[in-house]
Amino acid sequence: MSVPILKQGDVLIASIQAALSDRELAQLHDAFADQVGRFRSRGVIIDVTALDVLDSFATRTLRSIAYTAKLRGANAVVVGIQPDVAFAMVQLGLSLEGVATALDLEEGLAYIRDVAKRGGHRVR
Amino acid sequence: MSAEVSVPIERDADIVTARQEGRQLAAAAGFSSADQTIIALAISEITRNIVSYAQRGKVTLSRMDEGGRRGILIVAQDDGPGIPDIDLAMRDGYSTAKSLGVGLPGARRVMDEFELVSALGKGTTVTMKKWLR
Repeated sequence: MSVPILKQGDVLIASIQAALSDRELAQLHDAFADQVGRFRSRGVIIDVTALDVLDSFATRTLRSIAYTAKLRGANAVVVGIQPDVAFAMVQLGLSLEGVATALDLEEGLAYIRDVAKRGGHRVR
Repeated sequence: MSAEVSVPIERDADIVTARQEGRQLAAAAGFSSADQTIIALAISEITRNIVSYAQRGKVTLSRMDEGGRRGILIVAQDDGPGIPDIDLAMRDGYSTAKSLGVGLPGARRVMDEFELVSALGKGTTVTMKKWLR
């Protein structure tokens, strides 16, 4: 199952709806890398609300998506990490260091617009 | 009390199946939602180790009841190349393949008991237990 990426103005949004295999996560990474350039996106939002586990591969892929987006001129934000998921990540020693996070999609969009405003980018 | 589930681990999608089975069993055993997530995460890490290094193996999940102490037992087995230096593999940040090197040490940290037995050329067995509090 591939994750659809929605385009809303300058922002790309992927809402992950079900548990993803490593391969599907890697596909999401590549799709973002491609589309950020193609659509000249300023922001990338990955919504993980539906995920009940973020393991070492998932956190590494999310970091990679965020860094790749940054190198392509876009800001990324991960939204919707559930409380149990966050707790388990901390216990295991997994981190999303350097990756912006927000409570939900709405906060994530606000973050992207805020950063764009401060950075002088115009977000449609 | 011997509800036992065995999941073959042969490709990355099996990791997802294994951790979902683990969560279900942990829920049935009475673990809190937070502990279910921790157990699922630990299963994800040790089964990924099978896919990354041994290609195929299996994980067996079962409930334990030892003198009134209840919990969950997770055994991941493979016939892969084995781990040359277990101390190194269990060190935070060490990895030879495609991980952050936090999987095994992380899993050990969150489980109550953790044992790794490996023989070069014969395979690796990881045994983890978590007790219900």
